Amino acid sequence: MSEVPSRADVVIVGAGIVGNSLAYHLARLGKTRILLIDKGPLPNPGGSTGHASNFIFPVEHSKMMTRFTQDAVDQYKALGVFTQSGGIEVARTEERLQEFKRRAVSAKAWGEEAYHLSPAEVKGYVPYINEDVIIGGIYFPAVGVVDSLRAGTLMREEAQRMGALSVLGGTEIAGIDVEGGRVTAVRTDGGDRIEAEMVAICCGVWSPKVARMAGATIPLYPTVHQMISVGPIARFADTAGEIEFPIVRDMDTGMYERQHGGDMEVGSYAHRPIVIAPEDIPSIEEAVLSPTELPFTQEDFDPQMRDALELMPEILGDERAGVRHAINGLISLTPDGLPAIGETPEVRGLWSVAASWIKEAPSIARTAAEWMVAGVTDIDVHEADIARFYPHQRTVSHVRARAEEGFNKTYAIVHPLEQFESVRSVRRSPMYSREEALGAEFFETVGWERPQWYGSNAPLLEEYAGRVSSRPAEWDARWWSPIIDAEHLAMRDRVGIVDLSSFAVFDVRGPGALSYIQHLALAQMDVGVGRVVYTPLLDVAGGFKADLTIMRMASDEFRVVTGGGLGMVDKKWFVDHLPGDGSVTLFDATSAWCTIGVWGPRARDLVGKLTDADISAQAFKYGTCKWIELGDIPVLASRISYVGELGWELYVPMDEGAHAWDLLFEAGQPLGAVPVGMGVYATTARIEKGYRAYGNELTPEYDPVEAGLHRRVVKKEDFVGKRAHLVQRSLPPAAILCTLSVDTSVSKGGVPRFPLGKEVIVTPDGDPISDRKGRPSYVTSAGFAPSVGQYLVMSYLPPELAVKDMRLAVECMGERYPVTVVVAGNGAVFDPENERMRA
Amino acid sequence: MRVMVCIKRVPLVGGKVVLSPDGKEVDTKFLGFGISPHEECAVEEAVRLVERNGGSSTVVTLGPQSAVEQLQFAMSLGIDEAILIDSGDEEWGPMSTAAALASAVSEKVAEGAAPDLLLLGNEAPDSGDYQVGIRVATALGWPCVTGVKELDVSDGTAVARREHGSEMEMFSVSLPAVVTVKEGLNLPRYPSLPGRLRAKGKKIDQMKAERMAEGLTTLQLRLPAEDGRETELLGTGVDAVPRLIEVLRETGVLAR
Repeated sequence: MSEVPSRADVVIVGAGIVGNSLAYHLARLGKTRILLIDKGPLPNPGGSTGHASNFIFPVEHSKMMTRFTQDAVDQYKALGVFTQSGGIEVARTEERLQEFKRRAVSAKAWGEEAYHLSPAEVKGYVPYINEDVIIGGIYFPAVGVVDSLRAGTLMREEAQRMGALSVLGGTEIAGIDVEGGRVTAVRTDGGDRIEAEMVAICCGVWSPKVARMAGATIPLYPTVHQMISVGPIARFADTAGEIEFPIVRDMDTGMYERQHGGDMEVGSYAHRPIVIAPEDIPSIEEAVLSPTELPFTQEDFDPQMRDALELMPEILGDERAGVRHAINGLISLTPDGLPAIGETPEVRGLWSVAASWIKEAPSIARTAAEWMVAGVTDIDVHEADIARFYPHQRTVSHVRARAEEGFNKTYAIVHPLEQFESVRSVRRSPMYSREEALGAEFFETVGWERPQWYGSNAPLLEEYAGRVSSRPAEWDARWWSPIIDAEHLAMRDRVGIVDLSSFAVFDVRGPGALSYIQHLALAQMDVGVGRVVYTPLLDVAGGFKADLTIMRMASDEFRVVTGGGLGMVDKKWFVDHLPGDGSVTLFDATSAWCTIGVWGPRARDLVGKLTDADISAQAFKYGTCKWIELGDIPVLASRISYVGELGWELYVPMDEGAHAWDLLFEAGQPLGAVPVGMGVYATTARIEKGYRAYGNELTPEYDPVEAGLHRRVVKKEDFVGKRAHLVQRSLPPAAILCTLSVDTSVSKGGVPRFPLGKEVIVTPDGDPISDRKGRPSYVTSAGFAPSVGQYLVMSYLPPELAVKDMRLAVECMGERYPVTVVVAGNGAVFDPENERMRA
Repeated sequence: MRVMVCIKRVPLVGGKVVLSPDGKEVDTKFLGFGISPHEECAVEEAVRLVERNGGSSTVVTLGPQSAVEQLQFAMSLGIDEAILIDSGDEEWGPMSTAAALASAVSEKVAEGAAPDLLLLGNEAPDSGDYQVGIRVATALGWPCVTGVKELDVSDGTAVARREHGSEMEMFSVSLPAVVTVKEGLNLPRYPSLPGRLRAKGKKIDQMKAERMAEGLTTLQLRLPAEDGRETELLGTGVDAVPRLIEVLRETGVLAR
């Protein structure tokens, strides 16, 4: 052990797999004074790394999580601690077999091998399985097990060998000093104070507790995952190493069976959710086994034992094999089940690298190290950015409820649009009660309840019979309604009213506002007062950080409007870049303003009925905003559209929102106005207009040239990512974002099927496609385009394939459907000249 | 033969023991529950005796309803049936406990299912009264051997051996008898999955008992001073070898 240094570049708290790995990657990236502290003894200080089952299935529907896992496997392999065993997921239900088809598509999209197996073939790999209780399986050859403690030790020792790392075991953090919103030092229980530029919290289940010392939150909750170890298994008696047979995941019972030497380890994600407050985790001294290995609660596991016994009667039914070890192991779950990585929005220099499984830990650490040192990461990490949580999502009550609900989803079949049931109705727009009365089907985004479609629009189905789509397959129709298509058509024919209150709104003011905004936006922001500009924000590598609209409210004032989903991530980006001289202030006005979109050919008629302002095409041009009186309320009207129609976003004070909605709704009745949900706004109207969405098409991995969002000229002012952007423009793009039509959706079984997103795009022969940077082509967005009667998908394609009328295919639920490029690059299948919007 | 085994639900301590704020009991917030190693051996012995000689085994406990967990554990190891004498949530003293257990035995006798052998752990791991086995034997008028580490039963006789200093004492008692055993009597098995599932399906007989005034009552628990164990890091890697060998010599593992 080392002497306690008085200063460090980075203090890493927590010497599990994440902390050790972070130390190594920071050292590799040039940090020379790193201190690693843990309250426990090394190499196993008692956190979740110590009891992890240590197996890795590198296949997920999430691209980010798959990439993390693939990178982690590469790192484990390089350390020599990876043993490939193969893994098989078995199905007991038809629904699961369908899910396996979807898993195979995801595997292919992200470059992993997967093979469907019959029960007999499963038995070929796993001779002790009872093939009578399963109806099929999927085999992932790349699955393996790792020695995570050894990996951590090797990485820690390498960082020490480089002379970059000091290690303090048996030392607990007593406090984290913060001055002016920035971390300055950590204090230990031994009375030492170590000044630090950055502090990284890698404390797994203890992370919230440690973050709180600095006044920050890490929204995760310690949750029990039960495991037992049964042995000695006669069949494993001659096993030389740790594992000889593939790991089995019994998906429909939420369990796994994994050989561990002479024992069979059985783990469960099926038992009732058992959450333990961070304060209720025993200390190292008080813990019988370790703080994260709590006493086994047998009654919770009994139903799972029956399932395990049924699946593997030969070995688990052996009376001579006993339960030698059984624990309630603690794992960390966040409200959305994804990791929490990044600088905390509350405290500069305080980083969270938490809520990781063994399977992705070294990659999460590498990603965090890159972010800490260079500000950009190789793997797109925006979905795991700790800044994504709104304040209400950081409350103990919210985090606990979502961890409880999320736990049983670990092996469950989760539909991409599946809604959480807990902690709903937290954020409601002023129009909520009206929407409820209109039979709105509410979907939740960052707490906001947003109508996805309105039951009151069901009569439109008759009006638009023959033009609305149908989805005969239950999976495709889940969380969907044909009413979305009907709402869409009514909006295109008449006028739609859309509640957009979930927008995040930031008001930027001050003498430095223009140069500040210029510094962040790709677009030229030195525009006339009253102009509205859509612009990407880039990161230093020239990838997409955000895309949003900015209104110039005054010479020294801008209003930034961004999607609610990543509103807090975008806010942190803006706040982080505020000049230190106080010349610019940023006010988060999200809760002050609601937004109502009014769009469609009769939008001018509708708004015109309520205002005396001149809103004619000449007086109120597209891309401008102005204050108007809407009845008895002053509102900020912004003439832009994400649905490609004439109309406005109306910014209304939150307390007057319901009144504004009533005015519009009533005045709209003679015009045939309909309430329109997010199903139209975010998918059908967007996709037929070719509009890109952040997180789908726009991510840090792609640049504006590839997305077709670059401007004809680059502004002369400097801005974040400019240098990289200039390089991007000087080279032919590696990929071009295209819109493709699905030519036929009828499956071999005769039932039409539809891609919903993330499906792999292949050649007509079924070969995966990737660009020269190695990025695979996959469906970034998918949806029906009611105006043109086509089902569309968007995908980045290599330039040689990004050609109009190019015929390719999309794989969906195990089958290949022909697709054709209908728009290569930026453009729309509907109203390509944007005449409607500018009418 | 019929073997009856008595067990007690106790917190499984392993780390630092924490007392409740009033100092009257162990704080079990972070603890699981189980039975003592002595009792695990008693259960194992009962199972083996019935496996060898035929008959049936019964596990009995005086405890709270949550002690069902321990009865099921014993049954998962192969005990045939279980009796729970409800003590409520209070800890009963050795007199009450012994009287309750004796009455359970008497009930079996009255049913015509008199046990041939009653096995207990030598002492409870929490209260450590060392009394219950002897009191039960006295109440029943049966012979009693305590501290037993070897046991042979045949033809109505139990031969029990126990350590006395460096010697072994050997007792031969006629059945029925009470034997209290110590860890080391046998190597208890782990519960198998089928055993666990069988146990889960078995009914547990419930009994009531009267609590009586005790000669001993718990006033206060006090944690003894720690041993002050220290860990010495001998070194890492090859550098540790010379010192390691020295220590192995000092401790007599290696010849000097």
